[in-house]
Amino acid sequence: MKFGSTALWAALVLTTALPAVAGKADDTLNWATDKEVAVVDPYFSVTRELVIMGQMGWDGLVLFNNETGEFDPLLAKSWEWQSNTVVDFDLRDDVVFHDGSKFDADDVVYTINFLADPSNGVPAQSVVNWMKGATKLGQYKVRLELREPFANAFAYLANEIMIMPEGFYDNAPVGADGTRDLSALTPTGTGPYKVADIKTGDYILWDKNDDYFSGGPKGTPEIGHINFRAIKESNTQLAELMTGGLDWAWDVPKEQADRLEQSGQVTVVNEKTLRIAYLAFDVDGSSGQTFFTDQKVREAVAHAIDRDSIAVELVGAASEAIDSACHPDQFGCTQDVVHYDYNPEKAKELLAEAGYPDGFEFDLYGYRQREIAEAIIGDLSAVGIKANLNWLQYSSLLEKVQDGKTPVNFMTWGSSSIYDVAAITSHFFKGGPDDPAKDPRTAEALQRGDTSIDPEVRKEAYAEALGIIADEIYWLPLFSYAKYYAFSNDLEFTPTPDEIPRLYAARWK
Amino acid sequence: MLAFLSKRIAVAILVALTVSMITFSMNYLTGDPAIAMAGENATEADLDAIREFYGYDRPIPVQYFSWLTNALHGDLGHSHYLNQPVTDEIMARLPATMTLGLFALIFALALSIPLGVLAAIRPNSLLDRIALTTAVVGQAMPSFWFALTMMLWFGINWQILPVSGADTWAHFVMPSIALGYYITPGVMRLTRAGMLDVLRSDYIRTARAKGVSKFSLLFKHALRNAIIPVVSLAAVQFGFMLGGSIVIETIFSINGLGYLAWESIQRADLPMMQAIVLVLSFFYIALTFLADVLNAWLDPRIRMG
Repeated sequence: MKFGSTALWAALVLTTALPAVAGKADDTLNWATDKEVAVVDPYFSVTRELVIMGQMGWDGLVLFNNETGEFDPLLAKSWEWQSNTVVDFDLRDDVVFHDGSKFDADDVVYTINFLADPSNGVPAQSVVNWMKGATKLGQYKVRLELREPFANAFAYLANEIMIMPEGFYDNAPVGADGTRDLSALTPTGTGPYKVADIKTGDYILWDKNDDYFSGGPKGTPEIGHINFRAIKESNTQLAELMTGGLDWAWDVPKEQADRLEQSGQVTVVNEKTLRIAYLAFDVDGSSGQTFFTDQKVREAVAHAIDRDSIAVELVGAASEAIDSACHPDQFGCTQDVVHYDYNPEKAKELLAEAGYPDGFEFDLYGYRQREIAEAIIGDLSAVGIKANLNWLQYSSLLEKVQDGKTPVNFMTWGSSSIYDVAAITSHFFKGGPDDPAKDPRTAEALQRGDTSIDPEVRKEAYAEALGIIADEIYWLPLFSYAKYYAFSNDLEFTPTPDEIPRLYAARWK
Repeated sequence: MLAFLSKRIAVAILVALTVSMITFSMNYLTGDPAIAMAGENATEADLDAIREFYGYDRPIPVQYFSWLTNALHGDLGHSHYLNQPVTDEIMARLPATMTLGLFALIFALALSIPLGVLAAIRPNSLLDRIALTTAVVGQAMPSFWFALTMMLWFGINWQILPVSGADTWAHFVMPSIALGYYITPGVMRLTRAGMLDVLRSDYIRTARAKGVSKFSLLFKHALRNAIIPVVSLAAVQFGFMLGGSIVIETIFSINGLGYLAWESIQRADLPMMQAIVLVLSFFYIALTFLADVLNAWLDPRIRMG
């Protein structure tokens, strides 16, 4: 729900003088997003906010390094692959949990075995179901077994698998419907910040963990307190930013970000993300509108849409048009595939060849960023294709997509911040319910890439699949997303493309 | 009276049950709850696991009666999104919504009743026109725009009121005005119309002839009768504000019940939606009942049946 008012915000930026920011004064970094955070638990709350807070309050065995693209040791000091499905970790011996208990192999074994057991009901099963289990090899040594070779194992270990104290979930009361009441548990991790106070749906206050181990890749926390608030309305977030009630916000709409940047009252940064946008076509005609079964029609659409302009003008400076069904920064994501340039005349020619010299009318489905959908509709209408926009909730749209009822859908995918093609292309083109084409060639190539740990074998397999997808135009990849961050001029903060802001590493200037 | 009350309570329970049944069915129209729970990057394996774990793979009637059985045992369920008992969450959110609704109602009545009375005393005067203009503006102006305008001036430019949150009474000033102003026109018009009717009645003419003071005439004799329909309207409007304050709660980031209801629909958090609908139905029924009692107190003829 948005209650935007351009005139109001233009007036606001022109007429206000920013007061001294309270955040630095009381050593509290106030940040907000538009989502309520439920229970502070990295597994039973499937939100981006909990991924961010997961890194504040907990540690995984490893940490992804955005600069090097490698995995740094975190709770693990080192590791060694024994086979494609077995890896041994040596653990740090100088780590304590927020409750004072000492971290060791028992905690890792408990966490992994808890997650790997489907009966424990972790919502995001794909994040955990690749793990078969863990065994203790010594007080500070564990063995992790995979169900099968899995390319994204370390990405998940870094982003998602946070180590809990042994027996953590055992004390949660279980309701009549079998779900745990996690609000009865005190969030406990080893991370650089610990929960000090929670008011569900309102705020979560974190205090600096003075006992955080030194020498780790997360560094030493400096800011005394970090306070999260849920503020649904972006205008309200900005008002709080400008009055010092907030020090950090993201997902700022482009128009407001531009004005804020001009005002100089806060720091505005546009940073790319791993999320991409795409159009998926009904290539088998199951929706009842059979236009897109013809490859020429799909190619016409590809030439009709000015993806470069949409990326720069509507998304942000860090956004870029893409040709492959993946994000350019992901491992295995070659952009060396056929490129469909913006060429309305060619689009018209192709339509005429396909038997639609006067265009046609079809249903376009979408769920987010209506302004982009409308820009696409505008480009298509210029070549004679009339798109009727159907705007749905994500869950409703996904049902329709998986039932094959959408002629074309405008969707996005964030890859769970994983820098690997397996997190996107393999999800969509291996014959699953989201696969628009069910092409056995892509499924075979992707399976080959997913089950190998040889980088060259993987790259080759993924390039083959991406080439087929681009040639056939099962998808029209549109652009990579970019996010606008707005934060206090007093704050030293560096956004990262993986959309996991390292708030624990922020500092006051 | 006891028979009347018993009948009312029975009807209320029936209404609450019907509403909850309809809500339960309609919840599925917003999409597969498993998808809403699993988030945007979910795989089919995730969805299957959730459907099985939470029982969404069972027929809807079976799910409903399972919920109803637990509800009758005092367990309204467990929020899938918030991971805690829904009763705890509703009780945590209710004070903010009640406070907002109450402040908004007080503001609306304090503004609209005097305006309505003053407008009725001098029909077609400048005062009457001002009152009517206030009503027209209130009805025409979108509440979100009014709220943002207030936020701009009082919260940002002059910084005399907090922009968002619900920590102190000051946090409720702008939201209460924005919410209350929306219902002011209706109450004002009803007061004005009621007063105009009453002031033309015989007993007022008699009272005036007997030399009753103007103040007593207006506020003791006339207003008491003119305000009867206003009480009913105010009760209904208060019920509306409890459930319908989503926009204002969203703008001022007040995490109340209306906002929670909206978010629960978005998240397909079925147990939470069910419980909120029950609670709001209860409030509506209770407020209507309260309005009847108040009216009976104000007008003895109602008591006499």
